[in-house]
Amino acid sequence: MEAVFLTFILMLAIFLGFELINKVPATLHTPLMSGANAISGITIVGAIGLAGTGQQDVANWLSTAAVAFASINVIGGYLVTDRMLAMFKKRGD
Amino acid sequence: MASSELAIQLAYVVAAAMFIYGLKLLGSADSARRGNMLSAIAMLLAIVSALLDQGIVEYQWILLGFVIGGATGGLVARQVKMTAIPEMVALFNGFGGLASLLVGTAALSTNPSTFTLVSIVLSILIGGLTFTGSLIAYGKLSETLSSGAVIFRGQQIVNSLLVLGIFASATMFCLEPGNIQWLFLVVTLSLLFGVMAVIPIGGADMPVVISLLNSYSGLAACAAGFAINNNILIVAGSLVGASGIILTQIMCKAMNRSLRNVLFSGFGSASDSSSEIEGEIKPISVEDGYYVLEAASNVAIIPGYGMAVAQAQHVVKELSELLEKNGAEVNFGIHPVAGRMPGHMNVLLAEADVPYDQLLEMDDINPRMETVDVAIVIGANDVVNPAARDMESSPIYGMPIINVDQARTVFVLKRSMASGFAGIENPLFYKENTRMLFGDAKESIARLVREFS
Repeated sequence: MEAVFLTFILMLAIFLGFELINKVPATLHTPLMSGANAISGITIVGAIGLAGTGQQDVANWLSTAAVAFASINVIGGYLVTDRMLAMFKKRGD
Repeated sequence: MASSELAIQLAYVVAAAMFIYGLKLLGSADSARRGNMLSAIAMLLAIVSALLDQGIVEYQWILLGFVIGGATGGLVARQVKMTAIPEMVALFNGFGGLASLLVGTAALSTNPSTFTLVSIVLSILIGGLTFTGSLIAYGKLSETLSSGAVIFRGQQIVNSLLVLGIFASATMFCLEPGNIQWLFLVVTLSLLFGVMAVIPIGGADMPVVISLLNSYSGLAACAAGFAINNNILIVAGSLVGASGIILTQIMCKAMNRSLRNVLFSGFGSASDSSSEIEGEIKPISVEDGYYVLEAASNVAIIPGYGMAVAQAQHVVKELSELLEKNGAEVNFGIHPVAGRMPGHMNVLLAEADVPYDQLLEMDDINPRMETVDVAIVIGANDVVNPAARDMESSPIYGMPIINVDQARTVFVLKRSMASGFAGIENPLFYKENTRMLFGDAKESIARLVREFS
């Protein structure tokens, strides 16, 4: 049942994603993509669970590396997106 | 379910809602920055919740990974030039893929069921090909690799064998998870496949490729979510996946090519279109250009990536201000593939302080082109080539363009008469209402600015 439940979530999230992203204007597509970079760093949540088990095994090392790579995305992605969006100004601002 | 576990799951639900609302706020330039902030807070909430999990008994490894990754990411985000955003995004796509590959592999230690094993294989497969594919895309965009398409005899056969090999080893791995060799084989073949999939694609098609890899990095996170039974990975991953797919479609449409065509045929197979173009080239001097602009009441500026290469954004902004002071309406017409990734040109112009309400999309500027007195084309070529609209024999026939030739006068800033990136003749240069302003784009605009002041 777990599998069906997860697939159900997947299906709903994809449809929701299409609806939301279709409304983003072309002007913002680059920040959208770097913001998506940051969100794909969500893997860090999974990596954290596997990196803190206290067992000094291969899985621990792999997930520590995963925490590092996902952190690059999270920190780098959000910061660079914010840097870009701060540059977008309306006439007269 | 223990109460702490329940609290963590509920926090994930809240985080998912915030990610979704953050993306919604990204739908308008006024609220986009808040949307990004909200998304970042959602990520923080998800990370803190994950840290509170009772299965975690030591924090030093997590902290080590976070410090190394966070410092690297922060440094890159601060230092990267806006012209280099496409290669940075490509690299980050790759890191996202790699993280999912690593999580998938690490999840093997949890004694997985068959369903989980399949998810693990998928996260390794998608993550692996995203990683190496993105590295190649990064190389091509940053020009550390040749940006040309690498095509060799029998490529299709090699790739088909590769796909078969991946399928076979993935199946074997699911049947015999104890045999670690199958795992190594799946990882190696996935990494190899990423390389093979991107090398035959030319530099000009990279906007499509990074959009697609962006999508894959999300799908890899999704698969990792299935591998470790985590909802938030699935929700966030599929949002990214959907976003990448939409941007891929937009880019393909803007180039009038199917995704299949971009992925499987090296560009340049378009052969000689030696049809005659009538008319003659009419150069114009900066002084005469100034007189025409001075009398214009409606000006459209059509930038291409050449403008960014010449670092001319800031003088262009200066010129547009002077024109406005002179009483003219000035707009920028942005073709979807004007930059090197979706929306890239808008960021470059925003950096030069051009207000975003002055940046018009192709479909918004085309209907008003007939009321434009002067259209100034800077560093763009194929995206304003009327052959794409009128000449069926042209290799870019059918690609949507900005119809600058319908303006009263067109200025084309160009270094010389060499043809554009795709090597296609441009009949625009020979039109009755076109004037060529030869020379370095930045220098020419700067001289126009001096004439005004």
